[in-house]
Amino acid sequence: MKASAFTYYKPNSLEDALGLLQNEEDAKVLAGGQSLMPMLNMRFVQPETIIDVNGIDELARISVTDKLEIGALTRQKTLAKDPTIRQHLPIMQEALTWVGHFQTQSRGTIGGSLCHLDPAAELPMVALLYDAELQVASASGIRSIPMQEWALAYMMPSISHDELLTKIIIKPWQGSHGYGFQEFARRHGDFAIAAAGCLIKIDNNIIEDIAISIGGVEDVPRRFTECEDVLRAIKYDIDDIKMQVLKPLSKINYLDDSLVTGAYRRRLLRGLLIRAVEQAAGRS
Amino acid sequence: MQEHEVQMHVNGKVVSGKVESRTHLGDFLRQSAGLTGTHLGCEHGVCGACTVIVDGDAVRSCLMLAVQADNCEVTTIEGIAEADGTLHPLQEAFRNNHALQCGFCTAGMITSLHAFLSENPNRSETEIREAISGNICRCTGYQGIVSAAMEAAEKLAKR
Amino acid sequence: MGVRQIGARVQRVEDEHLIRGDGKYVDDIQLPGMAYAAFLRSSMAHAKIKITDISAAKGLPGVYAVLTYDTLPSSLVSKTQLETYPAPIIKQSVCPDLLASEEVAHVGQAIAMVVASSRHIAEDACELIQVDYTALSVAVDVVEAAKPEGPLAHSHLKDNIAASIETKFGDVEAAFSECDDTLKLKFKQHRGGCHAMECRGVLGDWQQQLGELTLYSSTQCPYLVRRMVSRQLDCPESSIRVIAPDVGGGFGPKAGYYPEEALIAIATKELRRPVKWTEDRREHFTATNQQRDQIWELEVGFKKTGEITAIKGHVTHDSGAFLNYGLLLSATTLMPLPGPYKIKNLHVTLNTVYTNTVSTSPVRGAGRPNAAYAMDRVIDAVARHLSIDPADMRHINLVKNEDFPYQPGSKHRNGSMMTYDSGDYTGMLAMVKEMADYDNFRQEQKQARANGKYLGIGLACFIEDTGMGPYEGVNVRVDVTGNVIASTGAASQGQGHATVIAQVIAEELDIEINKIRVESGDTGKFPHGIGAIGSRTGVNVGLSANDASSQVKKKALKLASILLDKNEDTLELSDGAVRVRSDSNQFITLADLALQLSPAVAGKLPDGFDSAGLEAVSYLSSDYMPHSSGANIAKVEVDIVTGGIKILDYYVVHDCGRILNPMIVDGQIIGGVVHGIGNAMFEQMVYDDAGNPMTTNYGDYLLPLASEMPEIHVAHIETPSPANPMGLKGAGEGGTIPAIGAMINAIEDALTPFDAYIAQYPVTPEYILELVDSEKIAAE
Ligand code: FES
Ligand code: FES
Repeated sequence: MKASAFTYYKPNSLEDALGLLQNEEDAKVLAGGQSLMPMLNMRFVQPETIIDVNGIDELARISVTDKLEIGALTRQKTLAKDPTIRQHLPIMQEALTWVGHFQTQSRGTIGGSLCHLDPAAELPMVALLYDAELQVASASGIRSIPMQEWALAYMMPSISHDELLTKIIIKPWQGSHGYGFQEFARRHGDFAIAAAGCLIKIDNNIIEDIAISIGGVEDVPRRFTECEDVLRAIKYDIDDIKMQVLKPLSKINYLDDSLVTGAYRRRLLRGLLIRAVEQAAGRS
Repeated sequence: MQEHEVQMHVNGKVVSGKVESRTHLGDFLRQSAGLTGTHLGCEHGVCGACTVIVDGDAVRSCLMLAVQADNCEVTTIEGIAEADGTLHPLQEAFRNNHALQCGFCTAGMITSLHAFLSENPNRSETEIREAISGNICRCTGYQGIVSAAMEAAEKLAKR
Repeated sequence: MGVRQIGARVQRVEDEHLIRGDGKYVDDIQLPGMAYAAFLRSSMAHAKIKITDISAAKGLPGVYAVLTYDTLPSSLVSKTQLETYPAPIIKQSVCPDLLASEEVAHVGQAIAMVVASSRHIAEDACELIQVDYTALSVAVDVVEAAKPEGPLAHSHLKDNIAASIETKFGDVEAAFSECDDTLKLKFKQHRGGCHAMECRGVLGDWQQQLGELTLYSSTQCPYLVRRMVSRQLDCPESSIRVIAPDVGGGFGPKAGYYPEEALIAIATKELRRPVKWTEDRREHFTATNQQRDQIWELEVGFKKTGEITAIKGHVTHDSGAFLNYGLLLSATTLMPLPGPYKIKNLHVTLNTVYTNTVSTSPVRGAGRPNAAYAMDRVIDAVARHLSIDPADMRHINLVKNEDFPYQPGSKHRNGSMMTYDSGDYTGMLAMVKEMADYDNFRQEQKQARANGKYLGIGLACFIEDTGMGPYEGVNVRVDVTGNVIASTGAASQGQGHATVIAQVIAEELDIEINKIRVESGDTGKFPHGIGAIGSRTGVNVGLSANDASSQVKKKALKLASILLDKNEDTLELSDGAVRVRSDSNQFITLADLALQLSPAVAGKLPDGFDSAGLEAVSYLSSDYMPHSSGANIAKVEVDIVTGGIKILDYYVVHDCGRILNPMIVDGQIIGGVVHGIGNAMFEQMVYDDAGNPMTTNYGDYLLPLASEMPEIHVAHIETPSPANPMGLKGAGEGGTIPAIGAMINAIEDALTPFDAYIAQYPVTPEYILELVDSEKIAAE
């Protein structure tokens, strides 16, 4: 199980990296390598060129103003421990407890998770909750993509072969609110069969605002706006919510494969959704 | 076929050599550096047998190219004991607690736990079980490994 | 000295080098000039094939050879893998071609072998070989495959039935007509895989000048490999040395003989350079034998009191594509019935059926976990039907202490009557109930249910025939420094046999354990051997080591009596020397005694000594097979929202007779239980309808991890076996055999409010939710 041959470049600046991306026809960007390397070893991908971006320090920074700017090369282990993240985005650290293992978090990056875009990946779910903005650079300039438009299809982000994801910009919710993250996997660290994240603002027992993201159930992780619309502005009553979520659940195009059926994913998602909303409300 | 000159510090010694771009760190350590204590159990990043410590972090050596470890500090199972051969508390504890049978997963278990406990030796059993959930052992049922980790953690905490 | 070794928690002599990373597994060995092999394997489950072009592969720089069926040397006895365990009862035996000739029968079957200067290049070349496939009918579902009109797994057969076997005793029809009630049960037992953490590997080193082949193989059975390769290549056994160095787990599938072993031998001979093949994990999923899919259909007759009087039924056993391990798996499925339960009338038939999936062969327990599972499911089903507590139900049916030696009526593979030598089955049941606080748990369970929490408790009782002969010899030799070299035909994959052998010798010769070196797994070091299969090694080597060292001791005493001029019964062996009992300053060391029997002493051997060296060999084995036994309890909690199962605790009471090293036995049991939990909850080898394996990586195929495993509490009772002088019974598989049954019974117990019947394992969360009444769920 050995990779096929490729040419390896390790640019030390963003500019060099973008130049390479522009010139190389069949290149893959290597960041943390926790998804790409297995695919290389198994020869599921056989690119001619690998562009290793680990030498570009500017991509690995976290900065905070009224927004959080997270460099795409920021490692999961950094996110899991960073005090700024703990303060402004505690849900991200909670989501990270479900991501792989500490030996993969030590190299895995946030940009890698977003670009690999596994249907069940947790970090895209967090980015979705906040309507994050993704900054993508190429030799011809920088463009910005709203997270809700990031996923085009199964494991296909809205990024072209000469572009590089550089940063993720997140605006944390203001005022008192709660967060919940629920996931079910067969074993610790596995990709979720289904997962649900929730941010909630409750005022006077009325759900003033709510964001829900789901993973593992469709071919891409996404915001569950159908469900948000049903729950927004109603009274917070968990028994009522249990019934309310049933309808939007039928709006989902469930993944259905030889290992897990769509019917199960639906039932599971319902349970997790309720638990996530409850958890978020409990923290609000 | 593209080759690179690499040089790294492995277990305190300089190791250098030529590698093909596609050679992963695990293969380099085993074949070029002759350090066969690092094992390959899956080469797709799940079994943890290949775990080594790179610049202080436990990483899967099958998921890192050798060329990426250029100029890095690498510790493998061969570098866990003291230079004079004295066993590390984890190694002692593995023997005391029957934490290995065939020994194939052992290098990855010990390097993982080494990194994990170096960061903070005060760990609960649940934390230890989660920490090694990225390492598969087919022989022991994990119980001896968990006991060994607890025993070593206690010793390391006192250091 | 005089420290008790046998029965003590002696630390393993194997560990020192392994914890330092100094182990030597096959893939760790590098020889000068060594080349690397890779295989092109079938991408289709059943097809006619034609290799249309190998020239590009051959022409790739770094490639030394491309072997296909057509280019295999004609000197081979056969280009088809020779049968490992032929038997007259096998109706249609199909073994794979070493490299496929015209037809492939499962995804992963080897078609071509490339040898190159690196594994990378060998894999590059495999991609350049052109093969045309013409699809044939695919047999995947074993029930369909068993039908006369089912799709054929091999186009030259008339049907897929390899063999039909049965176990039969008592008067089943009469018993059914006299029983109070009957029940029918149907369930599926799933195959899983081997998943030793070290994949298979073979390194061949042909020395042309010496005419000698050294084959390093990650095998459980080096002597079998020597025998088969020697027959396949038609060369004398004396020219082949097979070495199993450190082996990273075996669990059964490494006990067979595989085409790769012959092919590497061929390649190193042809190329006159060392050739190594290391199986990668994907190959392990498609080219290493797997466990067993079985469909069981049983009918049970019983009395109102709970006493089961008769069982009849049929098992459809999925052999996979080939029968390269004979009928061992099928036979060990039927033979253990009815386990520890006293059921006097039984008739179960079994068909071994070919399908276009990976071949199956024994994995940890062979067919025994299946038989044990069947029995424990029967017991629980009848218990539920009669509203008897499952523990009481077991007590009613277990063989009682006064019944030993007990003959259930079944027969061994050699035709002799099965005899349960000893045990305390009801005592173990009582003990495990006590450990698990069984009666209180039933109370807890009631309360939890009232709070919407679903707790379950499951029992399983089992027996295991162990210590199979004919032998596993040990040679014990004291050298002129007073150190001991023990060599044996046994081979180990992590069980700790060297430690146990050293313990037995240390006790008998009263020397320190670190003065004993154990050599094993090398056909060059010991003439005969079998290997680690069927929980047999501890018993056989224990007896042989004990016997050989007691012969050495006799020899030492006899020689010392001559040299010290004392009567033998005034002497004793202690702390490395033979001493005069009344005056411990008068002694002669073992080292000096060894010297007297060595070539260093010119002239004749002392009178009465007709063999060289202070050494002896023994091939002692048990008179008949000792039966280990045990009782297990699992406690689980089921989350009916997600279908997730949390294993709360697991309890084992085990009887493997006299225990040589409790630390090692506990390790075997705990590891075995976790293997069984893997079968019950996680491990699933999925094939799609076209026979494509869908779970060929560790993200999709789930092995049990530390994070989900419970604390496993192990206790022992020791009823020494009367079948051998040391009272030993085997222990390698006793963890796995009952575990699936205990787990599934526990899960089903948790789902009692839903009246669930579990008809298959592994029990996935999805399956749990199917079992849980959905209307009830929607209502809460
Ligand atoms: S070999 Fe690297 S994780 Fe398995
Ligand atoms: S000791 Fe064998 S895999 Fe862990």
